[in-house]
Amino acid sequence: MTDAATGNIGRAAADARRAEAEQTGPVMAADGRPLKQSLNRALRAQKLRALALIAPLLLFLLVTFVAPIFDMLFRSVENQITSETLPRTVVALEDWDAQDLPSQDTFAALAYDFMEAAERRIHTRLGSRLNYETTGISSTFRRSGRGIDDLGETQAEQFIDLNPQWEDPAAWVALMAAPDWIAAQADWAARADAADAADRPFDEAEPAFRLAGGIAATLPETADAYRSFATTIQQEDEDSPTAEEPWNTVYLALYRDLLRQPAATIAAYDGPQAALVQEAAGVAAGFEATDLPAFFIDMDDGWGDLKTWETIQTFSDPYTAGYFLAALDLQLTPQGIEMQPEEQQIYLMLFWRTIVLSLTIMGLCVLLGYPIAYLLSNLPMRTSNLLLILVLLPFWTSLLVRTSAWKVLLQQQGVINDTLVWLGLVADDARLALINNQVGTVIAMTHILLPFMILPLYSVMKTIPPSYVRAAKSLGATNSTAFWRVYFPQSVPGIGAGCILVFILSIGYYITPELVGGRTGIFISNRIAFHISDSLNWGLAAALGSILLILVLALYWLYDRLVGIDNVKLG
Amino acid sequence: MQDAFVAFDRVQKSYDGETLVVKDLNLHIGKGEFLTMLGPSGSGKTTCLMMLAGFETATHGEITLDGKPINNIPPHKRGIGMVFQNYALFPHMTVAENLAFPLEVRKIGKSEREEKVLRALDMVQMGDFGGRRPAQLSGGQQQRIALARALVFEPELVLMDEPLGALDKQLRETMQFEITNLAHRLGITVVYVTHDQTEALTMSDRVAVFDDGRIQQLAAPDTLYEEPQNSFVAQFIGENNTLSGRVTRIDGDICEVTLDDGEVIDAVPVNVSAVGDRTLVSIRPERVEMNKDRLAPDAHTLKAEVAEFIYMGDIYRTRLRVAGRDDFIVKTRNAPDQRRLKPGEQIEIGWRPQDCRALDA
Ligand SMILES: Nc1ncnc2c1ncn2[C@@H]1O[C@H](COP(=O)(O)OP(=O)(O)OP(=O)(O)O)[C@@H](O)[C@H]1O
Ligand SMILES: [Mg+2]
Repeated sequence: MTDAATGNIGRAAADARRAEAEQTGPVMAADGRPLKQSLNRALRAQKLRALALIAPLLLFLLVTFVAPIFDMLFRSVENQITSETLPRTVVALEDWDAQDLPSQDTFAALAYDFMEAAERRIHTRLGSRLNYETTGISSTFRRSGRGIDDLGETQAEQFIDLNPQWEDPAAWVALMAAPDWIAAQADWAARADAADAADRPFDEAEPAFRLAGGIAATLPETADAYRSFATTIQQEDEDSPTAEEPWNTVYLALYRDLLRQPAATIAAYDGPQAALVQEAAGVAAGFEATDLPAFFIDMDDGWGDLKTWETIQTFSDPYTAGYFLAALDLQLTPQGIEMQPEEQQIYLMLFWRTIVLSLTIMGLCVLLGYPIAYLLSNLPMRTSNLLLILVLLPFWTSLLVRTSAWKVLLQQQGVINDTLVWLGLVADDARLALINNQVGTVIAMTHILLPFMILPLYSVMKTIPPSYVRAAKSLGATNSTAFWRVYFPQSVPGIGAGCILVFILSIGYYITPELVGGRTGIFISNRIAFHISDSLNWGLAAALGSILLILVLALYWLYDRLVGIDNVKLG
Repeated sequence: MQDAFVAFDRVQKSYDGETLVVKDLNLHIGKGEFLTMLGPSGSGKTTCLMMLAGFETATHGEITLDGKPINNIPPHKRGIGMVFQNYALFPHMTVAENLAFPLEVRKIGKSEREEKVLRALDMVQMGDFGGRRPAQLSGGQQQRIALARALVFEPELVLMDEPLGALDKQLRETMQFEITNLAHRLGITVVYVTHDQTEALTMSDRVAVFDDGRIQQLAAPDTLYEEPQNSFVAQFIGENNTLSGRVTRIDGDICEVTLDDGEVIDAVPVNVSAVGDRTLVSIRPERVEMNKDRLAPDAHTLKAEVAEFIYMGDIYRTRLRVAGRDDFIVKTRNAPDQRRLKPGEQIEIGWRPQDCRALDA
């Protein structure tokens, strides 16, 4: 009766309050502004102050954590090196059908690209990059870098024989350079001389080379090759085109232009050095030609191999899925995506092993850590603090020391095997292999990661009042029912937190598997480390790392779906 | 009096082996009785309850339930319902699951279980809340669910450890009423722990006043209030005036006490045995008479000076200076003929000798 009465009163009051709210609409502050707006204004200053306080940490995290992750993600798909090193070749290969060796024109493009790359000393970098995809390319590139100088020498000699002017840098500059550049260069040279005479230091760079307006229409390849030559020597050697004889490839380009451009175009040219050009055009057809493919193959057989060209073509996009495919034991061939040959497949197996062993380690940590945490949370404060220090003790010794200690314990002549033999449980000639395999990795990592399971478990169990289990018992539950139905469900958030911690830590673990894992107990992270520091295949390392990251996020998502992420309590 | 359903016999309890938290507890609780353990904090009430429930073992002595010693019966087999101070509702189960829990562990069939849960929910007027989690309930609602859970498996004995401690005054009074009602309707035996004396007085059949590990007095509420056996009980239960003095004459069931300032009063000798004993005389504020006409002609009176007059609506509360003390309280009904006194006024007070009890000093 009493209850019904109070219930009615309560309901009536609530109705009244609701009616009031509906009538007045948004609540106003004293100054007539909506209350919400005033509140936001009042909070803004607070928020700004809070932001200023965390700004250093935020900045630190952005620079040292977020930025590297994005850099890694970027590196795993980035492949600008091919199109930057061999721009002309990449364009020329666009329509190549991969049936026969590429055309003379493609080889010419390769010649110009390679000449510049060799001068800039970046051809070996591309060689190493492409070598990840097809072995042997690295040496092809290295050798070609040494021989490319000579390509076009035949043509150069013939032009110079025809007219020694072709040997004169100034004649070339007059033909190729824009008049205003010539003027600017002359001005710069005068100032340099003046400074020299006055013994003043002069560190102004020569004006960047500019091509004359009309020449590219008449002699396109020559103009391109010459500009390549001029800018490269300016940038790389701080030389001046006014003082250097062009590379042999420029003569090759001139020869090809004179043969290929319509006679009318050449004849119509009336810019500087027109006479020189037209004189050469008249006789160039009689010059000794160079077979470009033959020249390249002569430098290195690799250029005669379609595979080399396919690789360049396949990996010419500025962005590639190649690293990711390789990280999944796949490869990109002109025929599409295929599995790697059997004997080169390793990563899928490593990912699988990493996950399985991490789950094993996680499971063992739960099994071993749960009773300890339970004990800790049920002991008197003094004792539990002491024991907690023992749990934390491993954190105060170096990881390396702990891992090495396991080496001593687990090896075939180690303490554990000795004890087992002494007890007669194991025959002396059949000692257990406990290290340098998966068993070693699991044992050592379980030990190392156990505190990460115990601590969250302990902090969650600490908050479960003993009255729950007591209540369950008073309601008739046996000890085990009370534990499983009442205590355990409430400790699940701790298990969840511990599992996430241990699993994520172990999936990226590196040192311990490296030291005690041998060949069969290493993780994917050991392979990543290998690519970072030994093979220097950073793209692949980044792809492997990205996959690991995606994997962790996926498992996190799965966990969220199955258990619920709000069911995780770290303290 | 009744045949003992629960009996504590010479029970002692020590946690640390140095101090006795419960000293020589003898307590017999009858079937269907509502017994309250009342006492200041740390007096050992919870400890007694826990020994009965089986979560602590008695260091010495025997506890019997329905004639059988229970010292060796594990808690889950005792069939005692218990309401904890913080309710201890399982947070990961819904209200209905909480209530079904004791039935499930008793292997009661699903349909019967559901029926009993519904009945228990209706009993505490929470029929619509079966699907909620404990965290979604108010304090009073949680309290009711805890009560329903302790009753759903129909135990004969229910223990409650300060179940209303966390509720506000109004809700507390409602719940007190409901709990006693329910207990009487179901005929269960209740051992109830509280340190709120009003609660103890209004709810119980008998109250055991605890202090210092001992029962100071075990009696029905009215007896406890009107006939406290010692000065602790007199002080602890209700408001009380004490005057200290020495017994100068004992004459059957009346004695004469000479107060420290020489005044002489009459009192009932309760805890004094011989002339010359020091005593604390106890008198309830509402039994003090300021109107001489209502006193027996030969009654002793005392001079008093008004120190403070407080108007409290239904009553007046007057603080007096009497026999060298200035904390003597008198409560008078706000009746039409009652005068409002002024501080400094000199009056005379007196009382019926049987309302004045000479207790231990
Ligand atoms: N587990 C324990 N270990 C040691 N001493 C304890 C333990 N539980 C209670 N005590 C001590 O026993 C004494 C009685 O405690 P108990 O909990 O029975 O008091 P209580 O009467 O219920 O008090 P309250 O009204 O504050 O709940 C206290 O002095 C307390 O410090
Ligand atoms: Mg208590």
